[in-house]
Amino acid sequence: MNEYIAQQPGIFSGLWATARRDLLLAWKRPGDVLNPLFFFAMVCTLFPLAVGPSAAQLEFSGPGVLWVAALLATLLSLNSLFLGDFEDGSLDQLLVSPQPLPVLALGKTLAHWLTSGLPLVLVSPILAMTYRMPWSVVPVMMLTLVLGTISLSLLGSIGAALTVGLHRGTALLSLLILPLAMPVLLLGANTVSLAAGNDIYSTGIWALGAYAIASLSLAPYATAAALRISNE
Amino acid sequence: MWKFFHQLASPPHFYRLAAVFSPWFALPGIALIAYGVYAGLFLAPMDYQQGDAFRIIYVHVPSAYLSLMAYMIMAISGGIGLIWRIKLSHAVAAAAAPLGAAFTFVALVTGSIWGRPMWGTWWEWGDPRLTSELILLFLYFGYMALRGAIDDTAKADKASAVLALVGVVNVVIVHFSVEWWSSLHQGQTLLKKGGPAMDPGMLYPLLAMILGFTFLFGSLLLRRVRTEVLFRERRTRWVREMVLSPEGS
Repeated sequence: MNEYIAQQPGIFSGLWATARRDLLLAWKRPGDVLNPLFFFAMVCTLFPLAVGPSAAQLEFSGPGVLWVAALLATLLSLNSLFLGDFEDGSLDQLLVSPQPLPVLALGKTLAHWLTSGLPLVLVSPILAMTYRMPWSVVPVMMLTLVLGTISLSLLGSIGAALTVGLHRGTALLSLLILPLAMPVLLLGANTVSLAAGNDIYSTGIWALGAYAIASLSLAPYATAAALRISNE
Repeated sequence: MWKFFHQLASPPHFYRLAAVFSPWFALPGIALIAYGVYAGLFLAPMDYQQGDAFRIIYVHVPSAYLSLMAYMIMAISGGIGLIWRIKLSHAVAAAAAPLGAAFTFVALVTGSIWGRPMWGTWWEWGDPRLTSELILLFLYFGYMALRGAIDDTAKADKASAVLALVGVVNVVIVHFSVEWWSSLHQGQTLLKKGGPAMDPGMLYPLLAMILGFTFLFGSLLLRRVRTEVLFRERRTRWVREMVLSPEGS
Protein backbone atom coordinates (compact mmCIF):
# COMPACT_ATOMS: atom_id res chain seq x y z
CA MET A 1 0.00 0.00 0.00
CA ASN A 2 2.74 2.41 0.98
CA GLU A 3 4.63 1.60 -2.17
CA TYR A 4 1.54 2.38 -4.16
CA ILE A 5 1.21 5.77 -2.51
CA ALA A 6 4.87 6.47 -3.06
CA GLN A 7 4.45 5.90 -6.78
CA GLN A 8 1.74 8.52 -7.03
CA PRO A 9 2.93 11.84 -8.33
CA GLY A 10 2.89 14.55 -5.67
CA ILE A 11 0.54 17.50 -5.43
CA PHE A 12 3.00 19.92 -6.94
CA SER A 13 3.54 17.83 -10.05
CA GLY A 14 -0.23 18.06 -10.69
CA LEU A 15 -0.15 21.80 -10.14
CA TRP A 16 2.86 22.20 -12.37
CA ALA A 17 1.52 19.94 -15.12
CA THR A 18 -1.75 21.86 -15.50
CA ALA A 19 0.00 25.22 -15.31
CA ARG A 20 2.65 24.16 -17.83
CA ARG A 21 0.07 22.85 -20.24
CA ASP A 22 -1.88 26.11 -20.17
CA LEU A 23 1.29 28.15 -20.54
CA LEU A 24 2.28 26.06 -23.57
CA LEU A 25 -1.17 26.56 -25.09
CA ALA A 26 -0.88 30.29 -24.51
CA TRP A 27 2.56 30.26 -26.11
CA LYS A 28 1.15 28.58 -29.21
CA ARG A 29 -1.70 31.06 -29.43
CA PRO A 30 -0.21 34.42 -28.45
CA GLY A 31 -3.38 36.23 -29.53
CA ASP A 32 -5.14 35.05 -26.40
CA VAL A 33 -2.52 36.78 -24.30
CA LEU A 34 -2.12 39.87 -26.44
CA ASN A 35 -5.78 40.71 -27.02
CA PRO A 36 -6.57 41.57 -23.38
CA LEU A 37 -3.36 43.61 -23.31
CA PHE A 38 -4.42 45.63 -26.34
CA PHE A 39 -7.83 46.01 -24.76
CA PHE A 40 -6.17 47.33 -21.60
CA ALA A 41 -4.17 49.87 -23.59
CA MET A 42 -7.20 50.92 -25.62
CA VAL A 43 -9.45 51.51 -22.61
CA CYS A 44 -6.67 53.65 -21.16
CA THR A 45 -6.65 55.61 -24.43
CA LEU A 46 -10.41 56.09 -24.42
CA PHE A 47 -10.47 58.16 -21.26
CA PRO A 48 -8.24 61.06 -22.30
CA LEU A 49 -10.14 61.17 -25.60
CA ALA A 50 -13.43 61.35 -23.72
CA VAL A 51 -12.60 63.69 -20.86
CA GLY A 52 -9.99 65.87 -22.54
CA PRO A 53 -6.20 66.02 -22.42
CA SER A 54 -5.87 68.43 -19.48
CA ALA A 55 -2.83 67.38 -17.43
CA ALA A 56 -4.39 68.01 -14.03
CA GLN A 57 -7.39 65.87 -14.86
CA LEU A 58 -5.31 63.02 -16.23
CA GLU A 59 -3.06 63.04 -13.20
CA PHE A 60 -6.11 62.94 -10.97
CA SER A 61 -7.99 60.18 -12.79
CA GLY A 62 -4.96 58.08 -13.85
CA PRO A 63 -4.95 55.53 -11.00
CA GLY A 64 -8.69 54.93 -11.28
CA VAL A 65 -8.66 54.57 -15.05
CA LEU A 66 -5.71 52.17 -15.03
CA TRP A 67 -7.37 50.04 -12.40
CA VAL A 68 -10.76 49.94 -14.12
CA ALA A 69 -9.05 49.03 -17.38
CA ALA A 70 -7.05 46.28 -15.67
CA LEU A 71 -10.20 44.87 -14.11
CA LEU A 72 -12.05 44.83 -17.44
CA ALA A 73 -9.11 43.29 -19.27
CA THR A 74 -8.87 40.52 -16.67
CA LEU A 75 -12.60 39.86 -17.04
CA LEU A 76 -12.20 39.63 -20.79
CA SER A 77 -9.60 36.89 -20.51
CA LEU A 78 -11.46 34.94 -17.82
CA ASN A 79 -14.14 33.63 -20.10
CA SER A 80 -11.74 31.28 -21.84
CA LEU A 81 -10.22 29.93 -18.61
CA PHE A 82 -12.15 26.66 -18.67
CA LEU A 83 -13.98 26.98 -21.98
CA GLY A 84 -11.38 25.31 -24.21
CA ASP A 85 -10.96 22.42 -21.79
CA PHE A 86 -14.70 22.07 -21.50
CA GLU A 87 -15.14 21.89 -25.25
CA ASP A 88 -12.39 19.38 -26.01
CA GLY A 89 -13.15 17.20 -22.98
CA SER A 90 -9.89 17.67 -21.11
CA LEU A 91 -11.86 19.23 -18.26
CA ASP A 92 -13.43 15.81 -17.68
CA GLN A 93 -9.92 14.39 -17.43
CA LEU A 94 -9.12 16.90 -14.71
CA LEU A 95 -12.31 15.97 -12.87
CA VAL A 96 -11.57 12.23 -12.84
CA SER A 97 -7.89 12.69 -12.08
CA PRO A 98 -6.67 11.30 -8.72
CA GLN A 99 -5.03 14.64 -8.04
CA PRO A 100 -7.07 16.95 -5.78
CA LEU A 101 -9.20 19.16 -7.99
CA PRO A 102 -8.57 22.40 -6.06
CA VAL A 103 -4.86 22.03 -6.78
CA LEU A 104 -5.48 21.50 -10.48
CA ALA A 105 -7.81 24.50 -10.52
CA LEU A 106 -5.09 26.50 -8.79
CA GLY A 107 -2.65 25.39 -11.49
CA LYS A 108 -4.96 26.65 -14.20
CA THR A 109 -5.50 29.91 -12.34
CA LEU A 110 -1.75 30.32 -11.88
CA ALA A 111 -1.27 29.97 -15.63
CA HIS A 112 -4.08 32.44 -16.19
CA TRP A 113 -2.43 34.99 -13.93
CA LEU A 114 0.96 34.50 -15.59
CA THR A 115 -0.58 35.07 -19.02
CA SER A 116 -3.06 37.84 -18.18
CA GLY A 117 -2.28 39.51 -14.84
CA LEU A 118 1.48 39.65 -15.07
CA PRO A 119 1.61 41.16 -18.60
CA LEU A 120 -0.84 43.84 -17.44
CA VAL A 121 1.45 44.70 -14.56
CA LEU A 122 4.46 44.87 -16.87
CA VAL A 123 2.73 47.11 -19.39
CA SER A 124 1.13 49.41 -16.83
CA PRO A 125 4.17 51.72 -16.27
CA ILE A 126 4.05 52.82 -19.90
CA LEU A 127 0.40 53.70 -19.65
CA ALA A 128 0.92 55.32 -16.25
CA MET A 129 3.54 57.53 -17.85
CA THR A 130 1.02 58.82 -20.39
CA TYR A 131 -1.19 59.74 -17.44
CA ARG A 132 1.71 61.74 -15.96
CA MET A 133 2.00 59.54 -12.94
CA PRO A 134 5.09 60.46 -10.90
CA TRP A 135 7.87 57.83 -11.08
CA SER A 136 7.82 57.40 -7.32
CA VAL A 137 4.22 56.20 -7.52
CA VAL A 138 4.75 53.67 -10.33
CA PRO A 139 6.21 50.91 -8.09
CA VAL A 140 3.26 51.29 -5.70
CA MET A 141 0.85 51.00 -8.61
CA MET A 142 2.63 47.90 -9.90
CA LEU A 143 2.54 46.32 -6.45
CA THR A 144 -1.20 46.98 -6.08
CA LEU A 145 -1.75 45.55 -9.56
CA VAL A 146 0.27 42.42 -8.74
CA LEU A 147 -1.73 41.75 -5.59
CA GLY A 148 -5.00 42.84 -7.17
CA THR A 149 -4.72 40.77 -10.35
CA ILE A 150 -3.86 37.68 -8.28
CA SER A 151 -7.12 38.18 -6.37
CA LEU A 152 -9.03 38.91 -9.57
CA SER A 153 -7.74 35.77 -11.31
CA LEU A 154 -8.72 33.64 -8.32
CA LEU A 155 -12.14 35.25 -7.86
CA GLY A 156 -12.69 35.08 -11.59
CA SER A 157 -11.85 31.38 -11.68
CA ILE A 158 -14.88 30.77 -9.44
CA GLY A 159 -17.10 32.69 -11.83
CA ALA A 160 -15.59 31.01 -14.87
CA ALA A 161 -16.15 27.60 -13.30
CA LEU A 162 -19.78 28.45 -12.50
CA THR A 163 -20.55 29.67 -16.00
CA VAL A 164 -18.57 27.16 -18.04
CA GLY A 165 -20.76 25.53 -20.66
CA LEU A 166 -23.56 28.08 -20.37
CA HIS A 167 -24.82 30.04 -23.32
CA ARG A 168 -24.27 33.79 -23.10
CA GLY A 169 -21.68 33.08 -20.46
CA THR A 170 -19.60 36.23 -20.99
CA ALA A 171 -22.17 38.77 -19.85
CA LEU A 172 -23.20 36.53 -16.98
CA LEU A 173 -19.59 36.12 -15.88
CA SER A 174 -19.18 39.90 -15.66
CA LEU A 175 -22.40 40.18 -13.72
CA LEU A 176 -21.21 37.59 -11.22
CA ILE A 177 -17.64 38.76 -10.82
CA LEU A 178 -17.87 42.56 -10.92
CA PRO A 179 -19.67 42.97 -7.57
CA LEU A 180 -17.23 40.55 -5.98
CA ALA A 181 -14.29 42.41 -7.50
CA MET A 182 -15.37 45.85 -6.34
CA PRO A 183 -13.42 45.79 -3.05
CA VAL A 184 -10.23 44.95 -4.97
CA LEU A 185 -10.77 47.84 -7.37
CA LEU A 186 -11.60 50.20 -4.57
CA LEU A 187 -8.56 49.26 -2.51
CA GLY A 188 -6.19 49.20 -5.47
CA ALA A 189 -7.17 52.45 -7.15
CA ASN A 190 -7.42 54.42 -3.93
CA THR A 191 -4.08 53.17 -2.66
CA VAL A 192 -2.44 54.47 -5.83
CA SER A 193 -4.31 57.77 -5.48
CA LEU A 194 -3.10 58.08 -1.89
CA ALA A 195 0.47 57.37 -2.94
CA ALA A 196 0.18 59.99 -5.68
CA GLY A 197 -1.05 62.50 -3.10
CA ASN A 198 1.94 61.76 -0.84
CA ASP A 199 -0.38 60.28 1.75
CA ILE A 200 -0.01 57.15 3.87
CA TYR A 201 -0.96 54.25 1.62
CA SER A 202 0.28 51.19 3.51
CA THR A 203 -3.25 50.30 4.75
CA GLY A 204 -4.35 49.62 1.20
CA ILE A 205 -1.32 47.46 0.43
CA TRP A 206 -1.83 45.36 3.54
CA ALA A 207 -5.54 44.97 2.82
CA LEU A 208 -4.85 43.97 -0.79
CA GLY A 209 -2.24 41.49 0.39
CA ALA A 210 -4.68 40.03 2.90
CA TYR A 211 -7.31 39.77 0.19
CA ALA A 212 -4.87 38.01 -2.13
CA ILE A 213 -3.84 35.51 0.56
CA ALA A 214 -7.44 34.85 1.57
CA SER A 215 -8.51 34.25 -2.00
CA LEU A 216 -5.43 32.11 -2.65
CA SER A 217 -6.39 29.82 0.22
CA LEU A 218 -10.17 29.75 -0.30
CA ALA A 219 -10.96 30.34 -3.97
CA PRO A 220 -9.50 27.07 -5.36
CA TYR A 221 -11.95 25.08 -3.22
CA ALA A 222 -14.90 27.13 -4.45
CA THR A 223 -13.64 26.79 -8.04
CA ALA A 224 -13.33 23.02 -7.64
CA ALA A 225 -16.84 22.75 -6.18
CA ALA A 226 -18.20 24.91 -9.00
CA LEU A 227 -16.43 22.81 -11.65
CA ARG A 228 -17.93 19.62 -10.22
CA ILE A 229 -21.40 21.20 -10.19
CA SER A 230 -21.30 22.56 -13.71
CA ASN A 231 -19.99 19.27 -15.12
CA GLU A 232 -22.40 16.86 -13.49
CA MET B 1 -37.77 17.18 18.05
CA TRP B 2 -35.72 15.56 15.26
CA LYS B 3 -38.85 14.09 13.80
CA PHE B 4 -40.19 17.61 13.40
CA PHE B 5 -37.14 18.68 11.39
CA HIS B 6 -37.16 15.54 9.27
CA GLN B 7 -40.78 16.11 8.40
CA LEU B 8 -40.08 19.77 7.72
CA ALA B 9 -37.71 18.81 4.95
CA SER B 10 -40.39 16.84 3.14
CA PRO B 11 -42.02 19.03 0.47
CA PRO B 12 -45.66 17.96 0.90
CA HIS B 13 -45.44 18.36 4.66
CA PHE B 14 -43.83 21.75 4.38
CA TYR B 15 -46.38 22.81 1.80
CA ARG B 16 -49.22 22.16 4.23
CA LEU B 17 -47.36 23.59 7.22
CA ALA B 18 -46.49 26.79 5.39
CA ALA B 19 -50.14 27.37 4.56
CA VAL B 20 -50.95 27.11 8.26
CA PHE B 21 -48.13 29.37 9.41
CA SER B 22 -48.25 32.05 6.74
CA PRO B 23 -51.29 33.93 8.19
CA TRP B 24 -49.78 33.75 11.68
CA PHE B 25 -46.86 35.73 10.32
CA ALA B 26 -48.98 38.03 8.17
CA LEU B 27 -51.46 39.16 10.85
CA PRO B 28 -48.99 40.37 13.50
CA GLY B 29 -46.92 41.85 10.67
CA ILE B 30 -49.79 43.92 9.35
CA ALA B 31 -50.84 44.98 12.87
CA LEU B 32 -47.31 46.05 13.81
CA ILE B 33 -46.79 47.90 10.54
CA ALA B 34 -50.15 49.66 10.93
CA TYR B 35 -49.18 50.79 14.43
CA GLY B 36 -45.67 51.73 13.29
CA VAL B 37 -46.92 53.78 10.34
CA TYR B 38 -49.44 55.67 12.45
CA ALA B 39 -47.13 56.24 15.41
CA GLY B 40 -44.16 57.01 13.18
CA LEU B 41 -45.96 59.51 10.98
CA PHE B 42 -48.24 61.23 13.51
CA LEU B 43 -47.22 60.52 17.10
CA ALA B 44 -43.43 60.56 16.94
CA PRO B 45 -41.92 63.99 17.69
CA MET B 46 -40.14 65.92 14.98
CA ASP B 47 -36.38 65.63 14.85
CA TYR B 48 -34.75 68.87 15.94
CA GLN B 49 -32.20 68.70 13.13
CA GLN B 50 -33.88 66.80 10.34
CA GLY B 51 -37.49 67.94 10.78
CA ASP B 52 -40.04 65.59 9.31
CA ALA B 53 -37.58 64.13 6.84
CA PHE B 54 -36.27 61.65 9.39
CA ARG B 55 -39.60 59.79 9.28
CA ILE B 56 -38.45 57.85 6.24
CA ILE B 57 -36.30 55.73 8.56
CA TYR B 58 -39.47 53.87 9.49
CA VAL B 59 -39.29 52.26 6.06
CA HIS B 60 -35.59 52.60 5.34
CA VAL B 61 -34.12 50.89 8.41
CA PRO B 62 -36.33 47.77 8.31
CA SER B 63 -35.71 47.35 4.57
CA ALA B 64 -31.97 47.76 4.95
CA TYR B 65 -31.86 45.22 7.76
CA LEU B 66 -33.98 42.74 5.81
CA SER B 67 -31.87 43.15 2.70
CA LEU B 68 -28.92 41.71 4.63
CA MET B 69 -31.06 39.21 6.51
CA ALA B 70 -32.49 37.83 3.25
CA TYR B 71 -28.97 37.42 1.87
CA MET B 72 -27.92 35.51 4.97
CA ILE B 73 -31.01 33.29 4.73
CA MET B 74 -30.28 32.70 1.04
CA ALA B 75 -26.65 31.78 1.67
CA ILE B 76 -27.26 29.66 4.78
CA SER B 77 -30.10 27.68 3.24
CA GLY B 78 -28.06 27.31 0.06
CA GLY B 79 -25.18 25.96 2.18
CA ILE B 80 -27.50 23.56 4.01
CA GLY B 81 -28.82 22.36 0.67
CA LEU B 82 -25.29 21.90 -0.63
CA ILE B 83 -24.02 19.99 2.40
CA TRP B 84 -27.03 17.87 3.43
CA ARG B 85 -28.64 17.79 -0.02
CA ILE B 86 -32.01 19.00 1.22
CA LYS B 87 -34.04 20.05 -1.79
CA LEU B 88 -36.40 22.18 0.26
CA SER B 89 -33.65 24.46 1.52
CA HIS B 90 -32.66 25.23 -2.08
CA ALA B 91 -36.29 26.20 -2.67
CA VAL B 92 -36.04 28.57 0.31
CA ALA B 93 -32.88 30.13 -1.15
CA ALA B 94 -34.55 30.56 -4.53
CA ALA B 95 -37.60 32.15 -2.93
CA ALA B 96 -35.58 34.50 -0.71
CA ALA B 97 -33.50 36.07 -3.52
CA PRO B 98 -36.15 38.27 -5.22
CA LEU B 99 -37.52 39.33 -1.82
CA GLY B 100 -34.07 40.34 -0.67
CA ALA B 101 -33.44 42.23 -3.89
CA ALA B 102 -36.75 44.05 -3.47
CA PHE B 103 -35.90 45.11 0.09
CA THR B 104 -32.44 46.21 -1.05
CA PHE B 105 -34.06 48.30 -3.75
CA VAL B 106 -36.48 49.88 -1.28
CA ALA B 107 -33.62 50.63 1.10
CA LEU B 108 -31.68 52.29 -1.74
CA VAL B 109 -34.61 54.38 -2.94
CA THR B 110 -35.63 55.54 0.54
CA GLY B 111 -31.99 56.26 1.41
CA SER B 112 -31.63 58.35 -1.70
CA ILE B 113 -34.90 60.24 -1.02
CA TRP B 114 -33.70 60.92 2.52
CA GLY B 115 -30.40 62.11 1.14
CA ARG B 116 -32.02 64.73 -1.06
CA PRO B 117 -32.94 67.19 1.77
CA MET B 118 -30.05 66.09 4.02
CA TRP B 119 -27.13 66.13 1.61
CA GLY B 120 -28.73 68.20 -1.14
CA THR B 121 -28.22 65.38 -3.63
CA TRP B 122 -30.05 62.23 -4.62
CA TRP B 123 -26.95 60.15 -4.50
CA GLU B 124 -23.94 60.58 -2.27
CA TRP B 125 -21.03 58.32 -3.19
CA GLY B 126 -19.29 59.27 0.02
CA ASP B 127 -21.81 57.45 2.18
CA PRO B 128 -20.45 53.95 2.81
CA ARG B 129 -23.81 52.36 3.58
CA LEU B 130 -25.48 53.51 0.40
CA THR B 131 -22.53 52.26 -1.65
CA SER B 132 -22.38 48.85 0.05
CA GLU B 133 -26.13 48.51 -0.36
CA LEU B 134 -25.77 49.14 -4.08
CA ILE B 135 -23.10 46.45 -4.34
CA LEU B 136 -25.42 44.13 -2.42
CA LEU B 137 -28.10 44.79 -5.03
CA PHE B 138 -25.63 43.82 -7.76
CA LEU B 139 -24.80 40.64 -5.85
CA TYR B 140 -28.51 39.78 -5.83
CA PHE B 141 -28.72 40.48 -9.56
CA GLY B 142 -25.77 38.19 -10.23
CA TYR B 143 -27.31 35.45 -8.10
CA MET B 144 -30.67 35.65 -9.86
CA ALA B 145 -29.02 35.86 -13.29
CA LEU B 146 -27.02 32.70 -12.60
CA ARG B 147 -30.18 30.91 -11.46
CA GLY B 148 -31.98 32.06 -14.59
CA ALA B 149 -29.19 31.00 -16.92
CA ILE B 150 -29.07 27.34 -15.85
CA ASP B 151 -32.00 25.29 -17.07
CA ASP B 152 -31.48 22.26 -14.85
CA THR B 153 -32.98 23.14 -11.46
CA ALA B 154 -30.71 20.89 -9.40
CA LYS B 155 -27.63 22.33 -11.07
CA ALA B 156 -28.89 25.90 -10.74
CA ASP B 157 -29.49 25.29 -7.03
CA LYS B 158 -25.98 24.10 -6.33
CA ALA B 159 -24.20 26.62 -8.53
CA SER B 160 -26.09 29.54 -7.04
CA ALA B 161 -25.48 28.21 -3.52
CA VAL B 162 -21.72 28.32 -4.17
CA LEU B 163 -22.08 31.87 -5.46
CA ALA B 164 -24.14 32.95 -2.44
CA LEU B 165 -21.55 31.51 -0.05
CA VAL B 166 -18.71 33.28 -1.86
CA GLY B 167 -20.86 36.41 -1.75
CA VAL B 168 -21.35 36.20 2.03
CA VAL B 169 -17.62 36.33 2.62
CA ASN B 170 -17.48 39.25 0.25
CA VAL B 171 -20.32 41.25 1.81
CA VAL B 172 -18.18 41.69 4.92
CA ILE B 173 -15.14 42.72 2.88
CA VAL B 174 -17.26 45.12 0.83
CA HIS B 175 -18.53 46.72 4.03
CA PHE B 176 -15.10 47.36 5.49
CA SER B 177 -13.40 48.39 2.27
CA VAL B 178 -16.18 50.85 1.44
CA GLU B 179 -15.96 52.27 4.95
CA TRP B 180 -12.20 52.75 4.55
CA TRP B 181 -12.71 54.29 1.13
CA SER B 182 -15.36 56.78 2.24
CA SER B 183 -13.26 57.82 5.23
CA LEU B 184 -10.71 59.06 2.69
CA HIS B 185 -13.19 61.35 1.04
CA GLN B 186 -15.16 62.89 3.86
CA GLY B 187 -14.68 63.42 7.54
CA GLN B 188 -17.98 62.40 8.95
CA THR B 189 -21.35 61.18 7.82
CA LEU B 190 -24.62 62.44 9.17
CA LEU B 191 -25.41 58.99 10.45
CA LYS B 192 -22.85 58.56 13.19
CA LYS B 193 -21.84 55.24 14.64
CA GLY B 194 -23.99 54.59 17.68
CA GLY B 195 -25.72 57.87 17.04
CA PRO B 196 -27.47 60.06 19.56
CA ALA B 197 -29.86 58.29 21.90
CA MET B 198 -33.29 58.15 20.34
CA ASP B 199 -36.40 59.56 21.90
CA PRO B 200 -38.66 56.67 22.99
CA GLY B 201 -41.49 58.24 20.99
CA MET B 202 -39.35 57.78 17.88
CA LEU B 203 -37.78 54.48 18.90
CA TYR B 204 -40.87 52.37 19.63
CA PRO B 205 -42.51 52.90 16.22
CA LEU B 206 -39.17 52.01 14.63
CA LEU B 207 -38.92 48.79 16.64
CA ALA B 208 -42.52 47.99 15.72
CA MET B 209 -41.75 48.56 12.06
CA ILE B 210 -38.63 46.38 12.19
CA LEU B 211 -40.54 43.57 13.84
CA GLY B 212 -43.54 44.07 11.54
CA PHE B 213 -41.37 44.00 8.42
CA THR B 214 -39.70 40.83 9.67
CA PHE B 215 -43.06 39.15 10.16
CA LEU B 216 -44.18 40.34 6.75
CA PHE B 217 -40.99 39.01 5.23
CA GLY B 218 -41.55 35.67 6.96
CA SER B 219 -45.06 35.45 5.62
CA LEU B 220 -44.05 36.41 2.08
CA LEU B 221 -41.14 33.98 2.19
CA LEU B 222 -43.42 31.13 3.26
CA ARG B 223 -45.82 31.95 0.44
CA ARG B 224 -43.02 32.12 -2.11
CA VAL B 225 -41.50 28.86 -0.90
CA ARG B 226 -44.93 27.26 -1.21
CA THR B 227 -45.28 28.23 -4.85
CA GLU B 228 -41.65 27.30 -5.47
CA VAL B 229 -42.22 23.84 -3.96
CA LEU B 230 -45.41 23.40 -5.95
CA PHE B 231 -43.62 24.28 -9.18
CA ARG B 232 -40.60 22.09 -8.48
CA GLU B 233 -42.73 19.11 -7.47
CA ARG B 234 -45.20 19.58 -10.31
CA ARG B 235 -44.50 16.13 -11.72
CA THR B 236 -44.85 14.25 -8.43
CA ARG B 237 -47.80 12.25 -7.32
CA TRP B 238 -48.75 14.26 -4.25
CA VAL B 239 -49.14 17.45 -6.28
CA ARG B 240 -51.22 15.71 -8.92
CA GLU B 241 -53.40 14.07 -6.29
CA MET B 242 -53.83 17.36 -4.47
CA VAL B 243 -54.78 19.25 -7.60
CA LEU B 244 -57.22 16.57 -8.69
CA SER B 245 -58.82 16.13 -5.27
CA PRO B 246 -62.18 17.89 -4.81
CA GLU B 247 -60.88 20.25 -2.09
CA GLY B 248 -58.24 21.67 -4.42
CA SER B 249 -55.43 23.22 -2.44
